[in-house]
Amino acid sequence: MQRTSPRACLARKVSAALLFAALPIAAVAQTAAPAAAPVNLGIVSFLTGPAAGPFGIPGRNSAEIMIEMLNAGKVPAPYATVGLAGAKITPKYVDEAGSTANQVTEFRNLVQRDGMNAIVGYISSGNCLAVAPVAEELKALTVFWDCGTPRIFEERPLKYVFRATPHATMDNVAAARYVLKKFPDLASFSGINQNYAWGQDSWRDFVAAMKALAPKATVDKELLPKLFAGEFGAEISALLTTNSKVVHSSFWNGDLESFIVQSSARGLPARSTMVYTAGETAMFRLGAKIPDGTIIGARGPHGVMAPDTPLNKWFRQVYEDRFATAPTYPAYHMAQSILGLKSAWEKAAAAKGGQQPAIDDVIKAFEGLEFEGPSARIRMAIGNGHQGIADIAYGSFRFNKAENKAEIVDIVRYPAECVNPPANMTSTAWLEAGMPGAKCN
Amino acid sequence: MTGLRILLGAAILGGLGAAAPFTPLWLISLVTLAMSTGLVVCGLIILWRGGLVPFGQALFFATGAYTVALSGRWFGVTDAFLLIALAVIMAVLVAFVVGFLLAQYREIFFAMLSLALSMILYGVLVKSETLGSTDGINVAQASFFGMMPRGPGYTFALFWLALGMVFAAWVGVSAYLGSVAGQLAGAIRDNEIRVEYLGISVTRLVHLKLTISAALAGAGGALAALSISHVDPQMAYWTTSGGFVFVTILAGAASVPAAFLGALLFEIVRTIAVALLPGGWQLILGSVLLLTILFVPEGLGSLMIRKRVTVSGREAA
Repeated sequence: MQRTSPRACLARKVSAALLFAALPIAAVAQTAAPAAAPVNLGIVSFLTGPAAGPFGIPGRNSAEIMIEMLNAGKVPAPYATVGLAGAKITPKYVDEAGSTANQVTEFRNLVQRDGMNAIVGYISSGNCLAVAPVAEELKALTVFWDCGTPRIFEERPLKYVFRATPHATMDNVAAARYVLKKFPDLASFSGINQNYAWGQDSWRDFVAAMKALAPKATVDKELLPKLFAGEFGAEISALLTTNSKVVHSSFWNGDLESFIVQSSARGLPARSTMVYTAGETAMFRLGAKIPDGTIIGARGPHGVMAPDTPLNKWFRQVYEDRFATAPTYPAYHMAQSILGLKSAWEKAAAAKGGQQPAIDDVIKAFEGLEFEGPSARIRMAIGNGHQGIADIAYGSFRFNKAENKAEIVDIVRYPAECVNPPANMTSTAWLEAGMPGAKCN
Repeated sequence: MTGLRILLGAAILGGLGAAAPFTPLWLISLVTLAMSTGLVVCGLIILWRGGLVPFGQALFFATGAYTVALSGRWFGVTDAFLLIALAVIMAVLVAFVVGFLLAQYREIFFAMLSLALSMILYGVLVKSETLGSTDGINVAQASFFGMMPRGPGYTFALFWLALGMVFAAWVGVSAYLGSVAGQLAGAIRDNEIRVEYLGISVTRLVHLKLTISAALAGAGGALAALSISHVDPQMAYWTTSGGFVFVTILAGAASVPAAFLGALLFEIVRTIAVALLPGGWQLILGSVLLLTILFVPEGLGSLMIRKRVTVSGREAA
């Protein structure tokens, strides 16, 4: 260690201490802003990175347009009131890219520094799982809008966290039901899923659902290439050696698009029908490159599978006018999450005679709430009233050459109770028990 | 290290600890997290001085973090001090084993081999569905000597714990860097053969340095796990290691306190960048690193050291 004159040392330490001391003062000055009429809403979504294009940006755009229209009071009934019970919404957008440590830090910043009244956020299931305990600790009303893992409310009950978007179990249960409708005598099937939580969970749920619905069908090939592998030559070769009539895949983004192109070039679709549970995000980008007959899901009855209601027509119109592209399912997930928050907020306000409700009132109103989303009626029926369930639709892809347009035909809509576990069961237990109590008519 | 410096350090950290209740909570958790990075960077400095840049320090960081998460989940350990001790022991064990291999290599080979080892851990974690795969698992809230503070109290307790760890690391690492083994780092970087001729095994010395740095990384990982309440395989990913190297470049290897100031500065710059430019905050971070390399190539710590040398230059001569 170098020899040091104590005086210089002291001066350095004092300046360092001053620097530290200045931080909290600056921060206090920042938080002291008046929190009057507008409701501050933190919106967290992938704005950069590989998940930004297919999920993050459509979600963010949907939030932008929904908040703008709500503030202007232009959303059709039953959402025609301004903002949240008359209070305008001030959004703050935050990027979801970065480690979970960053996300937890930014979540704390949103609540404790920026004074957000509520947060609508998170696409990554890992981020949802990491943020949930912090939301509880900070008592911050948080609506997860896109993450799919059923673990959120199944590991422990949560008070401040809600998820209007149904979890991923129904994607794969409905996929299994649709597959068996198309191939009632299916002898065997295969799967190709990314080797990370989403892919593993999707495949596990699909296999469990198939086991319950068609006990005789066997699993041929179970392929788990790594996330963002981009090149699937070996996997396609392996799939070509099977007799599987059906191949399940929860691929998304780049992996989804490269797999569709590479497997078509090698003739896989001629032997096996592909089932893409999240295929809808790619259908307009790839168009004619997707083989006709491919089974496509949209994590709900979203996009072109959405029903022809006034709210949906309005949503598609304003979204297309602004962003020159049709809204895909992440846009619907965001819209229904914001509308769920609005419904809860206004129910709580109505109970207080139209006054702005406290967060605890909103939470009480949100539990077990039923409300209309652009594509489906959502019921906060499971997870102690914190987890939404809704109908889901599956269909088959067809490229309409005459109109040069990607279409989905043979759409089958499954009621929420047909594809979701009941309130008193975890999704894994429900699937393993053979889906008792599923009501499909 | 003089007694006066230790006293001063203790006074400053004690002052920070006392100021905590008057500081916004978000800033406290931010500083706690920055201190966990600072601990890892402290360990990197030890290697850095010997000319070794590990691009896989996340291996020990993640080992520490998962030790905390799994000790709580499987064995019901909740005491924060015990959890941190376990994390350090596990990280040291891992470093001791892989050290036999790693200590044979230098420069880019050392960097790449350490990176490869951390990516192996990443791969194993991602494939383990029982460990939550990429989604990771939650960490139960810890207790402190049987007390279970909740809410803001927990944030304060973690912050004070972090300050204690920073103090211990600062004193310990400074003492090590001042010791013969620590001073030999520069000699290893300049000319290994000469060090061997002095009758010292360079391989064993590098092995020791690696183990010490792993202990610090394990402690940092444990603190991060407690402070985030969640662990995931991203903690073992190379970008995490890259982040530690980034902070070490920012801080420089010249001074131990600079490691913590650098980590704090990095976290503050990142959080401001995210707030200012939601769609392009990485640009700001990259520019900061670029400017640091251009104008302060020896890191922030060198600014303090340079001043110290000019003041005490006559004395030293």
